[in-house]
Amino acid sequence: MKYIDEFRNPELTKKLIAKISGMVSDYKKDIKLMEVCGTHTVAISRAGLRKLFPPNLKLLSGPGCPVCVTPNNYLDRAIAYCRKNDVIVITFGDMMKVPGSTSSLEKEKSRGADIRVIYSPIDALKIANDNPKKKIIFLGVGFETTSPTIAATIKTAEAGNIKNFLVQSGHKVIPPAMETLLADKEVKVDGFICPGHVSTIIGSIPYEFIPKKYNIPCVIVGFEPLDVVEGVYMLVKQIVEGEKASVQVQYTRSVKREGNPKAVVLMGEVFERENSNWRGLGMISQSGLKIRKEFSAFDAVKNIEVKVEPTKENRQCICGEVLRGVKSPLQCKLFGKMCTPENPIGACMVSSEGTCAAYYKYGE
Amino acid sequence: MCLAIPMKVVKIEGPSGIVELGGVKRNINLELLDGVRVGEYVIVHAGFAIQKIDDKEAEETIEILKEIAK
Amino acid sequence: MRNKKGTSTNIRRVLLAHGDGGKLMHQLIEEVFRKKFNNEILNELNDSAVIKSFLPKNSKLSFTTDSYVVNPLFFPGGDIGKLAICGTINDLAVTGAKPLYISSAFIIEEGLEYKILEKITDSMARIARQENVKIVTGDVKVVEKGSADKLFINTSGIGVIGKDINLSQKTIVAGDKVIVSGSIGEHGLAILSARGNFDFQSKTRSDCASLAGLIAQMLKTSKNIKFMRDPTRGGLATTLNEIVGGMDFGISINEKDVPIKEEVKAICEILGFDPLYMANEGKIVAIVSNKDADTILKAMRNHPLGKNSRIIGEVIKTPKQKVISKTKIGGTRIIEMLTSAQLPRIC
Repeated sequence: MKYIDEFRNPELTKKLIAKISGMVSDYKKDIKLMEVCGTHTVAISRAGLRKLFPPNLKLLSGPGCPVCVTPNNYLDRAIAYCRKNDVIVITFGDMMKVPGSTSSLEKEKSRGADIRVIYSPIDALKIANDNPKKKIIFLGVGFETTSPTIAATIKTAEAGNIKNFLVQSGHKVIPPAMETLLADKEVKVDGFICPGHVSTIIGSIPYEFIPKKYNIPCVIVGFEPLDVVEGVYMLVKQIVEGEKASVQVQYTRSVKREGNPKAVVLMGEVFERENSNWRGLGMISQSGLKIRKEFSAFDAVKNIEVKVEPTKENRQCICGEVLRGVKSPLQCKLFGKMCTPENPIGACMVSSEGTCAAYYKYGE
Repeated sequence: MCLAIPMKVVKIEGPSGIVELGGVKRNINLELLDGVRVGEYVIVHAGFAIQKIDDKEAEETIEILKEIAK
Repeated sequence: MRNKKGTSTNIRRVLLAHGDGGKLMHQLIEEVFRKKFNNEILNELNDSAVIKSFLPKNSKLSFTTDSYVVNPLFFPGGDIGKLAICGTINDLAVTGAKPLYISSAFIIEEGLEYKILEKITDSMARIARQENVKIVTGDVKVVEKGSADKLFINTSGIGVIGKDINLSQKTIVAGDKVIVSGSIGEHGLAILSARGNFDFQSKTRSDCASLAGLIAQMLKTSKNIKFMRDPTRGGLATTLNEIVGGMDFGISINEKDVPIKEEVKAICEILGFDPLYMANEGKIVAIVSNKDADTILKAMRNHPLGKNSRIIGEVIKTPKQKVISKTKIGGTRIIEMLTSAQLPRIC
């Protein structure tokens, strides 16, 4: 498979890891690199990379995926929608297990709710056409990689005069979350492994405040083992050689400095920023995307009245601290008792590669 | 956070096209890109092409990697 | 003739009355089951199959049951009937048994086309004949529209294990080799594309097949096959976890040695699946002694269903009860049992 297999070359990967080990062996301190992208976390764990790096080079998992950080109240609303008889809820597969205050989509489906998993948001329009008497509510979650695809879908629905297609927007944007992590004095990160596909859309400019303001290097990295290892090499080089921190791009075959302008314009045309609540991190200013009023005909929240159950948050969950790397899952009262991979409470347990899930499974 | 895979464009039909990877084919949307041509590789996320693959850059990355590994 | 809904009214369908024990039911049994499965034991049409005692001295009986609810009923490489017979034969064969007799029970949703039912029973009869097993007893129930999804089949099977065959998890020791009989995940992919769920086109067919012949050949070759399983739902990963479960050993596999076809790899890349969890219906995982591993592998490769057999790993002392995979780049990861069905991911 072109552009995949060549970036999995085992010999080259091993050589590079040896090189990195050599670079950090004389470095007296620990180097903590944080990946903020769930797909990086999966890629690292699938390749078994974490343990190949020397002990003083630590890879921390940050906020993870847009699905894991979707808060209870978003899920509670989606669950309320799917209990209505005239509604079909459409979602990406990842959302099925994410818990709300008292239920999840998976549980609602077993009770008979019409919930369908699709691969592409465009597929929801076909379902809308096939079910003219139903309201089709798409659960629009995802970071900047995904939101342009939803924006395009909304515009296609508008052009095709599809009136029964609606979106519950829970989209989030990444840079404000990184800033929140940085502003926290407890969090000690020496470098960021930045998300390759978010950056494919937004480019590298939105990260430039990080080295400027915090003097922390950022490298935008692809998702194959060689990409990750090269990304780590580039960060380590900046750190060890004491260079002035900067934003670098490792994933050059996909990421341009300006990103994908067409997608960015489309995203801005359909969505606008709002304050948004992140599971584990709390409210982050201007970190969410809501549907602009020009497209309010497609906004599920504006058009479908529903009684949403009062949100219950489990106050004992220390997900936020785990995400920020300041506490270990073992310090959580819920861990392994009330909160397990089968019945997750916090984002770090929801994601199969989240810190808590990994601790639970591997006793790391 | 975002699973996206390089796939080869084998057919273009208006705003959409057929892409292929390892023998598996699917219809995807090309509206987020301009001027996609048959034979090019695109990064596909949730049924949308979000970027063309820059073949020169891909080759260069491999060259740099080999250089570092020396 | 067509009614308002556009469905033809003169197509012959299974009605509720076909399950009420009366004349229609007898007609159905005669036409669709008895004639096709035709053998002297079934033809007696007793309330239970009466079989002459057949166990040689010191041999053992193998007895299994499984239900088949696959959707769609027909898919590239097979159908629910072929799946039911092969599945039961395979469950018997992996215990070292020669499959002999099978029962089949049908739960039919009213309205199922007769033609479809006949096609499925034809396919069952064909495999049974080919594998020299007899479908000796059965049952049919018809339920109201919506109470079942078209057709469910339950099959049970009986086989006999020769006196010198003793396959058991307990005989497995560190150093034993793990062999898989071919490339994995094809049934999973065939079903996914047959359902048209996520609109992918692929040419992959289900690997659905009877493994009795291949297993007989293996058992003839060596006395040092320790244990076998067929990795169906939950895939290779789940089966390997079942093998180490509660035992005093673990299993280590080499990612690069696990045979996977390009299309299966591709769909897994696109949807974010792991091929180790994709279903199979015609593969064996065998744990064999180190000294006979190459001989057994050779025998397997000489059989059409085992051409792509590979040694994929070995039994290890520690970590106990865990399956670990050595990744291509030299890392390790723990392979867990499947926790829930794989769904397309965006992240």
